[in-house]
Amino acid sequence: MSESSWEELVTAALLGTDRRTTPVGTAGKDAPTALLDTAAVQTVRRRAGLRPASAAALPEPATEDRRPALPSAARRRLAVLLADRPDAGSGGRRGTAPDLMELLPQWLAAANEHGYAAPPDLLPALLDAARGRTDLRPQTLAFAGPRAIWLARLNPDWRFALRSTPGGGTAVPALGDPVEVERLWQEGLFAERVTLLVAMRAQDPSAARDLLGTTWSTERAEDRLMFLDSLRTGLSDADEPFLERALADRSRNVRATAAELLSALPGSALASRMAARAASCVSFDHTQTQPTVVVEAPHECDAGMERDGVVPKPPAGRGERSWWLGQLAEAAPLAIWSERLGGRKPEEIVALPVADDWQGELHGAWCRAAVRQRDAAWSRALLGAPASPGAAGPGAVSLAERAKLLAALPAGERAEWVAGFISAHGLSEAFQLLGVCATPWAEPLGHAVVDALNIARDAGSYPWSFSGVMGLAERCLDPATAARLDGLTAIPDEPEDASPGAVGYWSEAFQRLVGTLRLRATMRAELTAP
Amino acid sequence: MAGPTFDDMTQQGVRWTADQVLALAPDAASRKAGSRLGAAGPWSETGSSGDGTVWGLCKGSGSKPYQTVVDIADTAGPAYKCSCPSRKFPCKHALGLLLLWAGGDGGVPDAQAPEWAEQWIGGRRQRAEQKRTAGPSPATSGDPEAARRRAEKRAERVTAGAMELEQRLADLLRSGLASAESSGYGLWEETAARMVDAQAPGLAARVRELGAIPSSGSGWPARLLEECALIHLLDQGWLRREQLPDSLAATVRSRIGLPAAAAGPAVRDRWLVLAQYDTADSHLTTRRIWLYGEESGRMVLLLSYGAAGRAPALALPVGLALDAEVSSYPGAGQLRADLGEQFTPPTPTAVRPAGVSTTQAVARYGEALKDDPWLESWPVTLDRVIPAPDGDGWQLADADGKSALLLASSAMSGSGLWRLVAVSGGAPVTVFGECGHRGFTPLAVWPEGPGEPIPLC
Repeated sequence: MSESSWEELVTAALLGTDRRTTPVGTAGKDAPTALLDTAAVQTVRRRAGLRPASAAALPEPATEDRRPALPSAARRRLAVLLADRPDAGSGGRRGTAPDLMELLPQWLAAANEHGYAAPPDLLPALLDAARGRTDLRPQTLAFAGPRAIWLARLNPDWRFALRSTPGGGTAVPALGDPVEVERLWQEGLFAERVTLLVAMRAQDPSAARDLLGTTWSTERAEDRLMFLDSLRTGLSDADEPFLERALADRSRNVRATAAELLSALPGSALASRMAARAASCVSFDHTQTQPTVVVEAPHECDAGMERDGVVPKPPAGRGERSWWLGQLAEAAPLAIWSERLGGRKPEEIVALPVADDWQGELHGAWCRAAVRQRDAAWSRALLGAPASPGAAGPGAVSLAERAKLLAALPAGERAEWVAGFISAHGLSEAFQLLGVCATPWAEPLGHAVVDALNIARDAGSYPWSFSGVMGLAERCLDPATAARLDGLTAIPDEPEDASPGAVGYWSEAFQRLVGTLRLRATMRAELTAP
Repeated sequence: MAGPTFDDMTQQGVRWTADQVLALAPDAASRKAGSRLGAAGPWSETGSSGDGTVWGLCKGSGSKPYQTVVDIADTAGPAYKCSCPSRKFPCKHALGLLLLWAGGDGGVPDAQAPEWAEQWIGGRRQRAEQKRTAGPSPATSGDPEAARRRAEKRAERVTAGAMELEQRLADLLRSGLASAESSGYGLWEETAARMVDAQAPGLAARVRELGAIPSSGSGWPARLLEECALIHLLDQGWLRREQLPDSLAATVRSRIGLPAAAAGPAVRDRWLVLAQYDTADSHLTTRRIWLYGEESGRMVLLLSYGAAGRAPALALPVGLALDAEVSSYPGAGQLRADLGEQFTPPTPTAVRPAGVSTTQAVARYGEALKDDPWLESWPVTLDRVIPAPDGDGWQLADADGKSALLLASSAMSGSGLWRLVAVSGGAPVTVFGECGHRGFTPLAVWPEGPGEPIPLC
């Protein structure tokens, strides 16, 4: 029977045998039964006679991942970490078991250090995890490798992988092919062009800048801003002429970014212009009994200052002159101050009295300059001693500024400073500072945190007042600390003035801490196994 | 029997993977809770012995830790015992303990079982031994005459149900399928309830399915006619079962939903667990487990049921092979079997089922329809196929040919599709799945190089 007779059967069935003559012989049966008989034969015949479809275009195979495969124990560990996906509304007490998802970032970092390839079957779960958490993306994509990019082209949910990987949306080998680079730069989509520029800048900074120069004058203002921002990587004195030209840009944001980049180059013409301006505002008064810094803030914001990126209009509530002063002192190379203020070292300069309440403004600008120029000596001076109370510190700087200044110090010194801070002030303000310390926490920082937690427990408060620091400690303490912590997991007698049940919760929190540290040690060992 | 080639093989056999452990979880919440307990923190006095026992103490919210013990060498899948009050089975402690053990990082050392664990294990093994020596329990008590009368009574009811259903189908065809679109689910639900009364659950399930077809998108009249015709075929098969060959009559009985026993001879083999997946409706969770016999090359299906919201009792680790006996259910074209005695704990295997091309796969399904025209699909292993996007869907294309199988639309949702695509990476893979008239449903994939099967369901 031909295919058309099946169509006829369906039509007859749809309309009903009362309305339509059955297209099959009834042979003594009533019409519906005859139709069903034939349809049954047809159905089985159609199913039995199924033919395969013709093949569609096959996908281009993924680039081979030549990295070695994970050791089997590490592979299983990753599967377990990924299975612990957080779901909404599962609040409540954290219990004694580790937060596995929180360990994923360091697992990924360690796996990347070893240079392992990701197991292909776990790529979808990895990409899903990174989709929900942007902070996981760089490590995830580095680990996931070329096959993840290949997958992301097939699944719109994972398109972020194409955006955030250099060369993700385009073929990476294009970098070696000047014709292809030129074509992509001229014809590519904005995202592709940014990707190309970033990838190129990482490999050959001058070539990237020259490429940008070829089309600079024809780019749209918001595109110029993004392209200019990509020069942050690999910034050097060779970029100065280009950036100087960008100071005359039509767009104010482009000018400001160019000025900011130039001020990060202490040898640049802009830096020396700013140095001259800033130096003229700050002088030294020897006539006082104690040498004093005297500030004479600028009286106007001239066209030259504006061209160099000074914003003339202050935000509401701030005086024009102090606003200008702050910007000049921030953009001037810090090295000029020693010269200007009698050859003193940074810590001596910071200790000098400042006349007429200018201290806050001046020290604030120096803080921003120290952060921008990543100047360890100045950062150290402005941070002051860790034990000194925040508000009375030499720079009178906020915790947020201190955290930024700390980032300019070498890792060991940073850990030591924060340890001193915690010993003096406890944990309640330490969270932000701990966040900038290198992990795992070096001694004496680990010691200081554990001691402070111990003190907090003995003080009788509930552990969740410290849940932020606890969470950090679980992820950042050196796993070798675990043995020392075992004693804290016991449930001691409840002190009389303690919050009810607090000791039990503390014991639970410490158990989780110890458990997490042990797990981290295991994770690390699994990754180093042959 | 191929020797296990796992690198972390220990004297008590091979540790499972986390995926295999997590597959035992009764639900997603248990899976999550169990994962959290799969770390050393709350555990103490853990250990495992050479005969497949794992135990440990887990600190909970109370002062006394829970005692958890698992017997992974049991003939009917792992058995669990935990002193916690949870009614989940296995509970999160058992899952956590198995994960810790699977982690293989010394969290569960080889040891002598403590007394509390030994007692439970000893009791179980003794009971199992008694059962074995006593032989199969005598057929359900009562006299055979009464059983025969009961069966006759039921057959009469089914016959009445089948005749009523024939009448309803004839009415539908007389007034036209178009009328089914307006009558909605109600009509079919009521008819399905009549079939339940007639003690024909197989018919009831098929009738209930009809209700969803009119709203299932373009081409529904053809699909509705197909399903009506197959129900008609089943009714007629039942009404004329006396004239059918025995094996086909048995198939009809099983499709109608009459009880049967796995009466086939016990076949011992190394059975590779290819896939395990659950489907649930409002009353029942059905678990399907596909096994492949390494020596016999046979494919069998184990079914296990759980009341709504509860996990079916049988759970096997996908990707491992067990030395065990299975016995088949009667009926032509029926792959269903029961798992009998299990001789060793599951171990990894390098064996893969022999694969076929896409053309051969649809031919296999066609062949199988000769024995059982009601078959929706047939288990096949495709060799050297590449997943390729095809419009809105995906297909598995022969790497060395021009043919392809479309994936069933049900396989397009869920994470399995992307695992399949990721494992392939555009290269040929071996895929096990169900090939039927709705398309191909992939259930497990092996990478091009060496490697264990990766579950896709």
